[in-house]
Amino acid sequence: MAEISVLLPSVLAPLAGGQPVLTASADRPVTVGWLLDTVGGAFPALARRLRDETGAVRRYVNVYVAGTEIRRLQGLGTEVAPGQEVLIIQSVAGG
Amino acid sequence: MATSESFLLAIGTKKGLWLATSPDRQNWSLTGPHFLMSEIPSVGIDTRDGRTRILVGVRSEHWGPTVFHSDDLGATWSEPENGAIRFPEDTDAALERVWQIHPDADSRPGVVWAGCEPISVWKSTDGGEHFELNRGLWDHPHRGEWGAGYGGAAAHSIVVNPDGDKVHVAMSTGGVYRSIDGGASWEPRNKGISAYFMPDPNPEFGQCVHKIAADAAVDGRLYAQNHHGVYRSDDGGENWQSIAEGLPADFGFVMLTHPRRAGTAWVIPLKADGERIPPDGKLAVHRTDDAGASWKRLDSGLPQAEFNSVLRDAACVDGAEPAGVYFGTRGGSVYASADEGEHFTEVAAHLPDVLCVRAAAVAQVPVPAAERSGAAVSA
Repeated sequence: MAEISVLLPSVLAPLAGGQPVLTASADRPVTVGWLLDTVGGAFPALARRLRDETGAVRRYVNVYVAGTEIRRLQGLGTEVAPGQEVLIIQSVAGG
Repeated sequence: MATSESFLLAIGTKKGLWLATSPDRQNWSLTGPHFLMSEIPSVGIDTRDGRTRILVGVRSEHWGPTVFHSDDLGATWSEPENGAIRFPEDTDAALERVWQIHPDADSRPGVVWAGCEPISVWKSTDGGEHFELNRGLWDHPHRGEWGAGYGGAAAHSIVVNPDGDKVHVAMSTGGVYRSIDGGASWEPRNKGISAYFMPDPNPEFGQCVHKIAADAAVDGRLYAQNHHGVYRSDDGGENWQSIAEGLPADFGFVMLTHPRRAGTAWVIPLKADGERIPPDGKLAVHRTDDAGASWKRLDSGLPQAEFNSVLRDAACVDGAEPAGVYFGTRGGSVYASADEGEHFTEVAAHLPDVLCVRAAAVAQVPVPAAERSGAAVSA
């Protein structure tokens, strides 16, 4: 079965057991929401950093699929194909 | 390497947590930052159950809010995997910020209260590792009409009486609410407190209360620092009267009470809501020893000029004799008094904005001399 990779920012890797990349098996396109549920399931402290308890992606967390942030696509319903990578990048924000 | 009593001062700032320890409340050793670049809006020091637990509300702009705790004076930190405070699914709400972490009375070890944004009160029975939403306040019919202060819509003060039946909560901007059944149901208690910014200046609720505190020795006596107004209630919040006369300003955020002595409270006045600086740029704490009938200006050891304000939880008292008084400014200075405010010494300077401070006498964890480090600050 093919895999989809989720690349984490280095600051979050410790919450994923030190892994900078998490993978989920998928033989057909899945949604970003399903993907985050799947890779975050084993790491709830990581999942809480990405989404709040309503499931919404936190304001300054950006999720990129094929180079486009999902807020400009279909949000958590954006589809990801097997073999693709999903990037999680924090916004340049704060001070 | 003997274990002895020491004093712990936790300093939460806009960009991290600092911890200071002192054997005498005069000379302080500072370590930190912990949680660098995260906002620390709340800290609780729980010395019950034979251990010292530091509970910290941590909020990252990127990664959201959470609650950490340490049982080894900050050497290591833990958080529950699924989070200490999570809104239940049916509320369709998300935690924004933990404004208050309040260990309950000694007679109820393990019970810890939290006040949060959005406006909500939470109770833990496992020492602050997991909290349950208080449904009585969350489902209150007034909730839709509670407003947000400039800092956010938060329950920021929780006062529980020794028996545990009466609980007072203060929120910005909803006012004071009281429960007489341990938190099951709540009613507004703001009679006598002005809300000049409302169409009706004497509403049932909607007052902008900045902080409330209970008199430890007089049952039913409370004090409140409001957005313009300093008040006292002698009947559990049923009625409030102004005690601002004698103060240089009735604005401010801080309200502290003595851990044991009746009638003693502290405020730190600011000029006004439009000019949030100490009056004339001169920082001073004011203490009453007669329940607000008169006030004494205390500024020994404080800087001649200070234009930064002191936020609502950036001040505290400890439980020692005489009581210690502590506060920090938005300019990152922290001051401590070992004699109830008569004389202050500078604990730290040039930190980020101080959001909260908490102090307590603790059983010091023995640390080998070689490992004692940090920037020592002498009085």
